[in-house]
Order: sequence, then C-alpha cells, then structure tokens
Amino acid sequence: MSPSDLVSGHTISVLVDNEPGILARVVGLFSGRGYNIESLTVAETDAKENLSRITIVTKGTPMIIEQIKAQLDRLVPVHRVRDLTVEGPHIERELALVKVRGTGDKRVEALRLADVFRAKVIDAKTDSFVFEVTGNSDKVQTFVGLMEGLGLVDVGRTGIVAMSRGGEAL
Amino acid sequence: MKPEEPATTGADLLVKALIDEEVEVVFGYPGGAVLPIYDSLFKQNRLRHILVRHEQAAVHAAEGYARSTGKVGVVLVTSGPGATNAVTGLTDALMDSIPIVCLTGQVPTHLIGNDAFQEADTTGITRPCTKHNYLVKAVSALSRTVHEAFYVARSGRPGPVVIDLPKDVLMNKYDYVAPDKPVQHKSYRPQVQPELAKIEQAIELIAGAKKPVFYTGGGVVNSGSKASRLLAQFVHLTGYPITNTLMGLGTFPASDKQFLGMLGMHGTYEANLAMYHCDVLINIGARFDDRITGKLTEFSPHSKKIHIDIDPSSINKNVRVDLPIVGDAGHALEELIRVWKAKQPRTDLKALKAWWAEIDGWRSRNCLAYKQDNETIKPQYALERLYHHIKNRDHYITTEVGQHQMWAAQFLKFEEPNRWMTSGGLGTMGYGLPAAMGVQIAHREALVIDVAGEASIMMNIQELSTVAQYRLPVKIFILNNQYMGMVRQWQELLHGGRYSESYMESLPDFVKLAEAFGAVGLRCHEPAKLDDTIKEMIGVNRPVVVDVLVDKTENCFPMIPSGAAHNDMLLGPDDKAAKPMSEEGMVLV
Repeated sequence: MSPSDLVSGHTISVLVDNEPGILARVVGLFSGRGYNIESLTVAETDAKENLSRITIVTKGTPMIIEQIKAQLDRLVPVHRVRDLTVEGPHIERELALVKVRGTGDKRVEALRLADVFRAKVIDAKTDSFVFEVTGNSDKVQTFVGLMEGLGLVDVGRTGIVAMSRGGEAL
Repeated sequence: MKPEEPATTGADLLVKALIDEEVEVVFGYPGGAVLPIYDSLFKQNRLRHILVRHEQAAVHAAEGYARSTGKVGVVLVTSGPGATNAVTGLTDALMDSIPIVCLTGQVPTHLIGNDAFQEADTTGITRPCTKHNYLVKAVSALSRTVHEAFYVARSGRPGPVVIDLPKDVLMNKYDYVAPDKPVQHKSYRPQVQPELAKIEQAIELIAGAKKPVFYTGGGVVNSGSKASRLLAQFVHLTGYPITNTLMGLGTFPASDKQFLGMLGMHGTYEANLAMYHCDVLINIGARFDDRITGKLTEFSPHSKKIHIDIDPSSINKNVRVDLPIVGDAGHALEELIRVWKAKQPRTDLKALKAWWAEIDGWRSRNCLAYKQDNETIKPQYALERLYHHIKNRDHYITTEVGQHQMWAAQFLKFEEPNRWMTSGGLGTMGYGLPAAMGVQIAHREALVIDVAGEASIMMNIQELSTVAQYRLPVKIFILNNQYMGMVRQWQELLHGGRYSESYMESLPDFVKLAEAFGAVGLRCHEPAKLDDTIKEMIGVNRPVVVDVLVDKTENCFPMIPSGAAHNDMLLGPDDKAAKPMSEEGMVLV
C-alpha cells in the first residue's frame, strides 16, 4: 500500500453562517459524496456575527480528505475550513453524561472510579448517579467502558470539539 | 404625521431587482403560489416572459440562453410540482456549470411544513442540485437575496441558484434595496487571479515539454469569449497541439491545424493517443471527467499535469496533478501569455517536430471515416452535409443526448465559443429543443438547430407549442434510427445484442406532428435528396422538424469502452471482436 492509499482520521473545523439548512448542507455533502462522519458537533459560537462552528471528525485517504475540505469550502455559507490534524498541534475534548444504577459495592466502586477520572457527579439518587466526564475521546470511552460493569444504563456524548494550540484564531 | 408606508409589494420588488440585474427574459410557467409575480410581470414591459409547456424545459431554455450569451438565465416556476419538475434542469445546470437563477413559488410561511396544497420542501430537494439556494422568509430580505443569488450564480464556477418565495412574502410590502456595486459577499469570494509563482512554474514546464498537449473545457467558455481568444493566442505562441472536451468545443477554432478534435470516450484517435503519450498535459477549465479519462490508472501515464481551474474541488478529485493552479481561465491565460512573452522561452523544436509527426501518423488513420452508399443515409453523412450548408451562416447548435450528440460533436465544427449547447455532465435527453428555444430568444436572427434523436426529442416534444407561440424559427434535425441508439450500441457491445427495450415502437409521424404544432415537417430517407431537404429547412423562416431516416445499425466510433485506456480504442465495427470488454468495465456506465 502506498502512502496515498492510507486512510487516516482528521479533525476539521468549519466556520459557517448560522442559518437554517447549513447543517443539512454539510451533512448532505458527506452523504451525497460517500464520505464518512465519525463525529459532528455544531453550535453558535459568535452571536454578534451570527457564526457557528462545526467540528467534524472524518477519515479517508489524503486525496479524499483534500476533496472533503475543498467541497466544504465551496459551500456558499462556509467562511473557513481548517484541518486541525495537519495544521499543527491541537487539542480535542469531548463531554459525556453517564448514568449508572446500582447499590452497595458497585455504587461505591463507580464513585471511586469517577473520582479517578475526574468525573463530576451532577445528579444522584439513592440507587443512581449521573456523571459528567470530559477529556479526549479515549478517556471518555475508557470511563464508559468501566461503567459497563457497574450498572451503566445510559450514555450521552457530545462528539468532539477541537482547537489549535497557541494564540491563533481559526 | 403618518409614517410613510413602503409602497412596494414583494412581487414588485422582485421584478425591480430582476431588472436591476439586467434580466431581459424569464422562462416560466405560472401557478397559485407565484400569481403575485405574474401580476407584477403583467404590469410592466421591461421583462419578457416566455411561457414554456413544462418546467424542465424552462430551465433548459434558460441554460441555452445563458450558454449562448454569457448572461444569467432566469426561470420562474410555481411551488410543489413546478419546483420538482425543474429539478432535472437544475441538476443539468449544476453539472455543466451554467449560471441560472430559478425563482420558485412556495406556500405562505404560516403553512410551510403543513403538507399544504402544492407544497414541497423545495430548498431541501434542491440543496444537492444547486450551487446555493435560499428560502426568503421575510420581504425585508427579498431584494438583498435576489442580488446575492445573481452574484453567486455568475461568479466563480457558475451554477444554478434557487430562491424559494413564499406567497405571503410576495404580497407583503417593503422598500427596495439596490444591489451593491461591486458586490461584497461575506463568505463567498472565489479566487479569480492565479498565483504568479505557479504561472511561472507552468511556463517552465510548458516550455520544456517534448510531447505537450493542451486539454481545455467548459471553464474557458464560462470565462467569457475573451478567454477563448487568449487561448488561441497562447496555443499559437507555443505551437502545441490542443484537444477540447465536449463542453469545451468552440474554445479553440476547429479548423485550426493545431486542433486534434474532441477527446474522450468518442473522441478522436489522435486526441486520445496524444493524451496517452504526452509528457506535459495542460488542462485549462476541464475536470478530468470519467468520460475523458477512461481507465484512471492508465490515464496519461507519462505526463506532468498542469490543471487550471476556478474550483479548487475539481483539482486532484479524479486525477492527481503536478501543478494545480486555482483561478479563472481567462485571467490565467492572460498571465501565461504575459510571462511567456517576457521570458521568450526556447522550446525543443526538434522534439516537437517528432511529436507532430507522431500525431500526424495517428491523424492519418482517419478515425471518423464511414462508408456512405446510395441506399441509406449515414448519420455522419447527414451531419457533414448539414455542416456544409450552415458553416457560412450565423448558427448555433444544440443537441439532445445519445449517438447523434456524439456525431454532432465529431462532425460539426465550432470556430468560436457559445455556439454549442449540449448536456454534458448530466446527459439529459430532452435538453436540446428547449435549449434551442432559449438560444433563439437571445439570437432572433441566427440559425438555431437542435440536432436530435427520435427518442430524445420525444422527451420534451411539448415545447413545439412554445416554439409555435413565439414564432421561433428553430430547426429540429432528427437523426431517426428508430432506436435509442446509444443504448442499442452498448447492448450490442456489452450485452450480446439483446436489445432490451431500446427499439422505439409506435413512433409518431414527425411530419404530421410538426404540422399539428404549426411547424413545417420534412422527411428524407434518400442520400441523394438530403442536400435539398437541408436547404429547404434552412430556407423556411419558421420552425421546422426534419425527420432524417438514417441507417438503423450505425454505431458511434471511435470508442473507448468503459474501463479501458486511451490507447485501447475501438476504431470501428471490425475492431470489437479482438477486444472483449472487461468485467470491471461493464460495471461502469
């Protein structure tokens, strides 16, 4: 296999006008052209300028990734497209809410592991907890995995948000 | 004192905005949701409305208008079925980069989402088949949206833009806002000017070539007629051979000795072999479409590739290139010429002489040869005779899709851009007649001919009624072989001659059909009478349908079968036995 066939994951940040249909444009582009979306987050980030930031984790060969970026950039309401994976160091974070039900030793163990992972308890009943855990996807995944044996009943994950290191804006 | 009331309804604002955008003609079809617009149109006489008979035809007509003038084509259709009928045309315009603004009616804002009568999610449906689309939710945004839509449609790589207009927005009142000049769009600013450093690199590569070839496409047409003049100038400066894509025909004069003809699946032997054997390939405004490249792994395997395109997403999409240059074709050519003249590079004349000798060897195969007898008209012969009679007249050609389209591309010669309107990317049967209407509206005195097949013409035959209403002297030149010829050709080559559903049963009598619509109908089946028929067609200043009965079994050659490489062409019917189609190739279309 040559380097041009190697499939790798990329985290792409896209700054867009916050207008109806923009998410459909982006998602439709991915489904219509057969690209992969592993994670997608979107929210308004600049109320004054009415801009949203979309973070997409995708994978593909270098040629496909280049296409994805060019195709995104071609959408009229898109202001900027940045491939954080190739443009210098960056940080990624994800937040998960994890609901665990149980009593006795399992409940104590869940709380103890939450402490190790610096997960916060944001809801508690006598037989359940909801933890809030943040970190990179690996950490979140590991924590969720551990909870599986301790009465895991529900998980909600935000998907990845990411930003380049250093002082430069997107 | 009462505050002054805004005087203008949304519909009136819209019409004013269209006039400010220098629109002269709108192709459309009325319906409930757009009645306010039709009322506004009724009250003015700056904009001309052309009533088509099907909304798909409105878009194709606007495409023909746009392609032959360089202006934006404008379409007006109603909500629901009006909009869905326009989808094929919009997709066609998207694939071929034709600037269109399509106004669609919509149910009133308070009914959107209620499954109201003639409601469709138009922006949802047209999102993947437009360059951009808008739903105007308040009349205050209307004039600005229209101006922005025209800017988006015509700038960068052109394309269709839909503006969805709820009926209440058209009836509410607001003040008109004139367009900004020049338009400053907040996010869409395509790169027009190429990077100088890359132009210099390109000149170095081009000057050093031993076996160069230019390969130019629709991007040169879209850049304006000046770009084609610059292209000819640059190609002449270098003395290199040039080939055109289907969409690029006319960007370089076909009669010029440096022209190798069209390339691709039904391109000439010399053009395709030049692509295969070249060492420097200069692509200007073409997109390495699969009909051009054939088998990707064997596409132009020995060349350094330069690709000039205004759309960065066209670069490195199918074929990896060595020198990508983002920019407008005309601007890039201007720079190329300037740098070439400044540097006065010395080309390798000896190598070029050998390269031309090689090309002349391929040319001598005479790949477009066919045998005309006294019995039946060969379609190629019909087109050669047609060209003979029109070449000294101001003429425009449109086509439908299929064998006749490829023969037209091979046998009609185009000396300048904007003269050739065909559905390239989408391959839309039924494109040619409405496109010819649009061309004729823009060029009243010119000879406009739709080269058609008897199958394609049936797809938008209702437009004969439009042609009659506006007295458009469009000529419809049908090469009637009683088959969907291209389908039949593929069934012959790939599916053991099992002609499944490709025979045209129960064809109408085209002469009577023409007469029923108020046009002139002519028929010809004898080679000896062909010239007279063509002359008669040209001589009548009325719409004419000519039913030319041609050889039913003639196939379109040369041909690169799907999945094959450029050096693996079929030159004629005797060639096919030697080269069975690969399984891999059969999957491709």
